[in-house]
Amino acid sequence: MSHKILMDANQIGRSITRLSHEILERNENPDQIVLIGIHNRGVPLASRIQSKIQEINGVELSQGSLDITFHRDDFRERLVIPQIEGTDIPFSLDGKIVILVDDVLYTGRTIRAAMDELNSFGRASKVQLAVLVDRGHRELPIKADFVGKNIPTHEGEHVNVTLIETDDVDSVYLLRNQES
Amino acid sequence: MLQQRHLLGLEGYPAEDIQTIIDTAFKFREVLDRPIKKVPSLQGVTIVNLFFENSTRTRISFELAQKRLSADTVNFSASSSSLNKGESFKDTAQNIEAMKIDAVVMRHPTPGAPWHLTDFIDSVVINAGDGTHEHPTQAILDMMSLHEKFGRLKGLKVGIIGDISHSRVALSNIYGLQIMGAEVTLCGPPNLIPPFIRELGVTVSTNVDDVIEWADALNILRIQRERMGLGLVPSIREYRAMFGITHERLENHQKEIVIMHPGPMNRGVEIDGTVADSDQAIILDQVLNGVASRMAILYLLCGGKSSEEDES
Repeated sequence: MSHKILMDANQIGRSITRLSHEILERNENPDQIVLIGIHNRGVPLASRIQSKIQEINGVELSQGSLDITFHRDDFRERLVIPQIEGTDIPFSLDGKIVILVDDVLYTGRTIRAAMDELNSFGRASKVQLAVLVDRGHRELPIKADFVGKNIPTHEGEHVNVTLIETDDVDSVYLLRNQES
Repeated sequence: MLQQRHLLGLEGYPAEDIQTIIDTAFKFREVLDRPIKKVPSLQGVTIVNLFFENSTRTRISFELAQKRLSADTVNFSASSSSLNKGESFKDTAQNIEAMKIDAVVMRHPTPGAPWHLTDFIDSVVINAGDGTHEHPTQAILDMMSLHEKFGRLKGLKVGIIGDISHSRVALSNIYGLQIMGAEVTLCGPPNLIPPFIRELGVTVSTNVDDVIEWADALNILRIQRERMGLGLVPSIREYRAMFGITHERLENHQKEIVIMHPGPMNRGVEIDGTVADSDQAIILDQVLNGVASRMAILYLLCGGKSSEEDES
């Protein structure tokens, strides 16, 4: 396996700042926005966007987290017991603008499951998607509204995101199988 | 996934799997608090509830768990079935399985019936009570409720009070609690405590006050009124005086103790109404945890491939 750094802590920080500005720019009523992070790394990313937006215009957005395990379409093919972190959305989503936050957008299946699960918490007026990295190879018609960095990849490559909150260090790197 | 393909009994069940079920069940508790209490995890899975014996709460609890996982369910109860026309247990089960089902939840009056069922059908089998033998899902929801209250099971002192001889709840709780490192003391009329039970490593007492003094939690079993006529318990009044968890008895002890009851309760017999309604009772939490733990069991058993399939 080879290992190539794509983003360091500074670049991740700048991306989050830009994403936060774009989210505010795109939505006129910031008090209607709620941030929902998808486990695992979407959750700290949502917190960072929340504090950045508070820094920018003083609004403290509501924040929740989503665990999509029970909505996965590949559960029956997986052999291990999933790590279930649990969903925490302690407010109704009726009429809200939901910003889903995740680290990497790849096949789109996680996002499909997340949108499905969101319906259990009310009817949002809009759902938008913010990701730190879009690596392509979609298997469903899903596209992100806010992208930190587009990273075109090949099959056999993996984009890994590590964050201080979950992995002690901020970085985005590419893993490549030697054979491919 | 879980090491065993079926959930038949807790005797010899792996501790880590009991823990996995309890941990997963707490995640399903969160689903039950949502405005829409349903997830698609078992979409397309068909489950048959085979009830050869009457049951209200266990059947409703299983049915709700199945519906909230989006499984398709079929209910069968012995009174309305071909058993009345003389069909054998084996033929009934094989005929139902021939209709392409994935799992069977079964209650049967004969101990061992769910094990027997696995001999001639391929579906996942979950025991919802076999005679006076085991009732594993009840013990798991009891352990989940204790875990919720105390944050652990290891080292907990649990007293089980009542008719131990005829109680599948007692036996499954004894196995499960001991596997999870809890201590169990049984208490009841001596003629309703089977002699073999001491071999399981439990303490047996006939003094309920000693047990209250010792225990962190009491699981109070129903005294089945239908047994009163058999001469096993002299009278309801005498039972209440000797073993009933009365308001006065708990007052005398002046200690915090958690009160559980698997239901249905006979208020004023094995438990006083004031005790059942008090803050120390977690009886209704047990009911809610019953749905959550059955969701976890169904999810873990029907959602993934079995370990046997992995090898092939």
